[in-house]
Amino acid sequence: MIRGPARDGSGSRLSRRDLLRVGSLGLRNRRLRASLSVLGISIGIAAIVGVLGISQSSKSGLLNELGRLGNLLTVGPSSTAFGQPTELPTTAEGMASRVGPVTNVTEIGAISNIYVYRSSLVPANDTLGISLTATDATFPATLGASVAHGTFLNAATARYPAVVLGAEAASLLGINNLTNPTQVWIGGHWFTVVGILNPVQLVSQMDSMAFIGFPIAEHDFGFDGHPTGLYLRSVPSQVNEVAAVLPPTVNPANPSVVAVNFPSDILKAELVTKGAYNGLLLGLGAIALLVGGVGIANVMVISVLERRSEIGLRRALGASRRHVAQQFLVEALLLSVVGGVAGTVIGALATVVYAISQHQLVQIPDLALYGGVGAALATGAIAGLYPSMRAARLSPTEALRAV
Amino acid sequence: MIVAVPAPVDEAAPPAPVLELIDVVKEYPGDPPVVALGSVSLRIDQGELVAIVGPSGSGKSTLLHVIGTLERPTRGVVRVAGEDTSTMSDTQLSGLRARRLGFVFQQFFLLDGLSVLDNVADGLLYRGGHIAERRRLAEAAIERVGLDHRVDHRPNQLSGGEQQRTAIARALAGRPALVMADEPTGNLDSATGASLLELLRELHREGTTIVLITHDLDVAAAMQRRVEIRDGRIVGDTRTGS
Ligand SMILES: Nc1ncnc2c1ncn2[C@@H]1O[C@H](COP(=O)(O)OP(=O)(O)OP(=O)(O)O)[C@@H](O)[C@H]1O
Ligand SMILES: [Mg+2]
Repeated sequence: MIRGPARDGSGSRLSRRDLLRVGSLGLRNRRLRASLSVLGISIGIAAIVGVLGISQSSKSGLLNELGRLGNLLTVGPSSTAFGQPTELPTTAEGMASRVGPVTNVTEIGAISNIYVYRSSLVPANDTLGISLTATDATFPATLGASVAHGTFLNAATARYPAVVLGAEAASLLGINNLTNPTQVWIGGHWFTVVGILNPVQLVSQMDSMAFIGFPIAEHDFGFDGHPTGLYLRSVPSQVNEVAAVLPPTVNPANPSVVAVNFPSDILKAELVTKGAYNGLLLGLGAIALLVGGVGIANVMVISVLERRSEIGLRRALGASRRHVAQQFLVEALLLSVVGGVAGTVIGALATVVYAISQHQLVQIPDLALYGGVGAALATGAIAGLYPSMRAARLSPTEALRAV
Repeated sequence: MIVAVPAPVDEAAPPAPVLELIDVVKEYPGDPPVVALGSVSLRIDQGELVAIVGPSGSGKSTLLHVIGTLERPTRGVVRVAGEDTSTMSDTQLSGLRARRLGFVFQQFFLLDGLSVLDNVADGLLYRGGHIAERRRLAEAAIERVGLDHRVDHRPNQLSGGEQQRTAIARALAGRPALVMADEPTGNLDSATGASLLELLRELHREGTTIVLITHDLDVAAAMQRRVEIRDGRIVGDTRTGS
């Protein structure tokens, strides 16, 4: 009976469930240490997931903007080859609107040396940098501007001392709403504020301007009728063709002094710089992850040293080298998986909070979610490999002598 | 699962050898090499209670480690429960320890994070099998060593004697062919040590095969068989018919 059948099912065994139990023992008994090493990993993963999520969310916001405003063109006077300033002909708007694919045209005329003041008592040199510009009712539609308070200029108010303020101009003047009738002092006349704009995404210089109608501009400030700029929208597919024909259309006598620009180029540049910035942050996240991995490796090496007698005991109880290695590897993987999940949750939450605060759509790439946990697991596996090999190589009697 | 059922020694049939060492040599590398065991041959039969005695450094622990397959001999044959261990892989040797051998150490080696019950049940961990079954066997072993009122305690809530009883229950739970104890009373006061030795003698009377290392000649004298070792060689092997 003791002889029994030789080498019956001879190897020692450890079921997966038992392995998990044995592998989590060290963590359950040393919670503070375990949570600190989990923290290291989770910081790295949170940084990576957060950066990916936030950049994806803001990028999709920018891409939306690009799609919405990509067909916007500006036309302005450029200086001559001899550096002399030029101006657009008074017929510019009418000519441009006759180009087939052009859907919207708005002209603006900067009125130089006239500034906007909160009251007549403000010293004249305290201009706040708010420049006065004449335009017409087509402005909001062409530039994608929306009105936060009041209304924009219309054919009627364009003839009266009425002004619409850009978002920044309004806040510089300390005007937050129009619940009470509000007037500002412009070039020796009182103007009633009839509207305040939201920030204009694509042409942010509009934010620090104040807008009045052309008729009142001519009447009060002697505006000469030459626009200082045109804003156009065309059928999106024809933007480049339109850009090519605009100079001769707008100024047939001297096309070379007409400059055509795409404001969306600024957005594209912004996308590129954002990408570069993300690369840097991702690099920092990867370094944090690496440090977290080193932390886990460190904790595991210490754990193996401290638990030599446990290793010896388990070998005496029938654990094979492989079982010992598995135990410590599972411990490292558990540490890293907890860190990875915690970090992914933190990174996703950060993305949600950021995107909501920026009024953007929350977008976290799937890759960031799976990749976060995956990267943590890989880190744990690499970090746990050496310590668990060391634990497995320990001879049982050497381990038992350790006390 | 094959369980070696301990039975009283049958007078008619010759008792089966639980352990056979044939010309076992254990050397540790060095210059010159340390010869911890020099050609030891030993046979232990089922149901024996063997005391191994000898001065410090004589090779008692080394002998026990070789018997327990924790250490492979440099030369010679070690047979446990009839199986030659020299050709076994690490996994097979580990399986042998999990199924056939039980260890009791001077330092107890209980796991702090586990209750008495789980410490004892972990003695069966590497045999596989369901945890409920392991706990059931563990409970029986705990009851046998008289610790049923302490099953849910942690080791650090136990006295030294209770800790060693827990370790004995762990070695015993799987009914191994051979239980090995290396100075199990070395960390205990003499009264506690005596009651522990009494427990081992009771287990022996119930059929468990036990090898016990001791410094204490009085303890050894009370055993059925004494193997005396000096400088890695067996210099005496005496039996008292009891
Ligand atoms: N790993 C090793 N490397 C080198 N020499 C060793 C090793 N293990 C044991 N020895 C030597 O083998 C000899 C026997 O040691 P062992 O531990 O078996 O003695 P012991 O009889 O158990 O002594 P004690 O009663 O003090 O426990 C000693 O001289 C010891 O120094
Ligand atoms: Mg010893």
